[in-house]
Amino acid sequence: MMAEKNMVEAIHQKLKQKMEEDSSVVVLGEDVGVNGGVFRVTDGLIDQFEEERVMDTPLDEAGIIGSSMGMAINGLKPVAEIQFSGFIPQGFHHIKQHLARMRMRTQGDINVPIVIRAPYGGGIHALEHHSESQEAIYARTEGLKVVMPSNPSDAANLLEAAIEDPDPVLFLEPKKIYRSFKEEVKDEEVKIGKAKKVKEGTDITVVSWGAMARESLEAVEEAEEQGISVEMLDMRTVFPLDDEAVIESVQKTGRLVIVSEEPRLGSIAGEISATVSEEALLSLEAPIKRITAPDVPYPLYKLEKYYMPQKSEILEGINETVEF
Amino acid sequence: MPVKEIRKGIEKIEILDEEGNVDNSLEPDIEDEKLLEMYDDMVFARKFDNKAFKLQRRGDAGTYAPFKGEEACQIGPAHALEEDDWFVPSFREGAFALSRGTSPAKMMRYFMGDEYGNKVGDSNSLPVSIPVGSHMIQAVGIGMANKIQDKGSVAITYFGDGATSQGDFHSAMNFAGVYNSPVIFFNQNNQYAISTPRNKQTASETLAQKADAYGIKGLQVDGNDILATYKAAKEAKRRAEDGEGPTLIEGVTYRLGVHTTSDDPSRYRSEEEEKKWKDKDPLKRFEKYLMNKEVLTEDKKKEIEQKAEEKLEKAVEEAMEMEDPGVEKMFEHVFEKVPERQQRQLERIKEGGER
Repeated sequence: MMAEKNMVEAIHQKLKQKMEEDSSVVVLGEDVGVNGGVFRVTDGLIDQFEEERVMDTPLDEAGIIGSSMGMAINGLKPVAEIQFSGFIPQGFHHIKQHLARMRMRTQGDINVPIVIRAPYGGGIHALEHHSESQEAIYARTEGLKVVMPSNPSDAANLLEAAIEDPDPVLFLEPKKIYRSFKEEVKDEEVKIGKAKKVKEGTDITVVSWGAMARESLEAVEEAEEQGISVEMLDMRTVFPLDDEAVIESVQKTGRLVIVSEEPRLGSIAGEISATVSEEALLSLEAPIKRITAPDVPYPLYKLEKYYMPQKSEILEGINETVEF
Repeated sequence: MPVKEIRKGIEKIEILDEEGNVDNSLEPDIEDEKLLEMYDDMVFARKFDNKAFKLQRRGDAGTYAPFKGEEACQIGPAHALEEDDWFVPSFREGAFALSRGTSPAKMMRYFMGDEYGNKVGDSNSLPVSIPVGSHMIQAVGIGMANKIQDKGSVAITYFGDGATSQGDFHSAMNFAGVYNSPVIFFNQNNQYAISTPRNKQTASETLAQKADAYGIKGLQVDGNDILATYKAAKEAKRRAEDGEGPTLIEGVTYRLGVHTTSDDPSRYRSEEEEKKWKDKDPLKRFEKYLMNKEVLTEDKKKEIEQKAEEKLEKAVEEAMEMEDPGVEKMFEHVFEKVPERQQRQLERIKEGGER
């Protein structure tokens, strides 16, 4: 009987396991050592693996990402933590200009197998720069894989895949559901770039990822109670994007709702919508509906409820699309 | 407590020690009335800080970053500068902002999750900056504009020990040196960046000495000594105004409280260490000085505390009673005019209420 774990515990356990298995895996970031990370994901690792493999870095995102690159080029497998994804921009030039391009520029001679972990997303009454969901920017950093799990099992198994991946992976962790539920975490192979069919259904397809997949699932369950047969996909990775899975599902259901907490313009939701329009237009029986955040900066928390897509809105979107 | 040379070319100023003893040769000439104002500000700031922490704990405010223990670093320079000097803060400088006249109710609204709390009016201040170390270069630019337009005023920017690790710190120091920008870099070295101690932040012996590499003036002050911070800021302002260039002041201090209300310092520092720094409390020290000087009496102290308490209660009441922002506040000020696309998004959200 396996113990149930929340997402923080699942990620922690996997990191610990990988560090035990492979001495080239090192962890670095702000407060990841003595403090165990501000969300305690790396709690206790410094005691087991010591400072050489669990590095409390200076407060310098560019330094963390740049040095991870160097370590990865020279034989290590760094798992770097950026404390909040809102601070990735302070190291983004390394990601965009070097990390994502090194393999292509050297025509395959140098690869940079690092994992950058960062909690992302809103709905937790946080400070400024602590709530963003900017995956589209990272997905548009050609050469970078972007993973966004929605439950403890996927988080653990995708982290395993990310650490084993020969290419750089940005691993965005939905902090809103870090501790909101527990489940049995089974070790199984989960491939980066493959969506998961969460529910089989015939009337409509609902697509989401990360924290919004959880929110959507609740709405989907209510829709099912109302007699709507919903097929739900959890994308799990936003680059590479599993177009095939969405197209195949829409060809069956003829209806599509995409739920994401990203700002709308240039979003992953927009990309999925465009792809389905190109590839499966004739299967559609209703306009594709995107439920996203608006095109404004993430507000302070009194306005957060207006910014973040809510369950009621997702349910309404499903109903409208089915009734079209 | 003379001025000590702690490294070649880097001096440390200490004027007022823990016991309230003062080095008369260095004591700045401050009128009694102004000394009392500084004390008044310090008492109020301390109470405000405790209150903001409590508001978070009781669920009326969000994450708060307390400045307890660092008041001297802020209130000294706030009084050394003039109203038209620019203030470019990080996120732990509430005492400076309050001292400069920011409404405490408005400040609370920021921690209560209301953008109104970030409004700066025409105070020559920027709002708080949370991405660590990213804002100092803006102060340098403000200084450059002051110089180009002969405005005469200076800019002060605050940042912590952790911020000196960022590449943007280099940009700020380098531009300031190259353009001789009239700017004061006030480094609040409070010994920790969340859990990371100062000695893990940089292999440099002091932070002040970093100035040397940029060809600008650097010095250290006892950051819990309001006379020293005042004096250092006054001199830095004079230098900036006289075209002698920027100054980096490292205020050696300690964050007596948590990093933010989400933090648990017992994970990374000892009670013994905290106790040591509690004894260096800038407020207690200044109080002793003022008592010894007979500027402050027990009665006057009570009166100041009573007034601060009343002012604070009023501010809390005002903040709690303020109407929450409507959804249009999320759109209204992104651009000067709301673009049509965003206007439509606003209307859709309005129709759906709380979505």
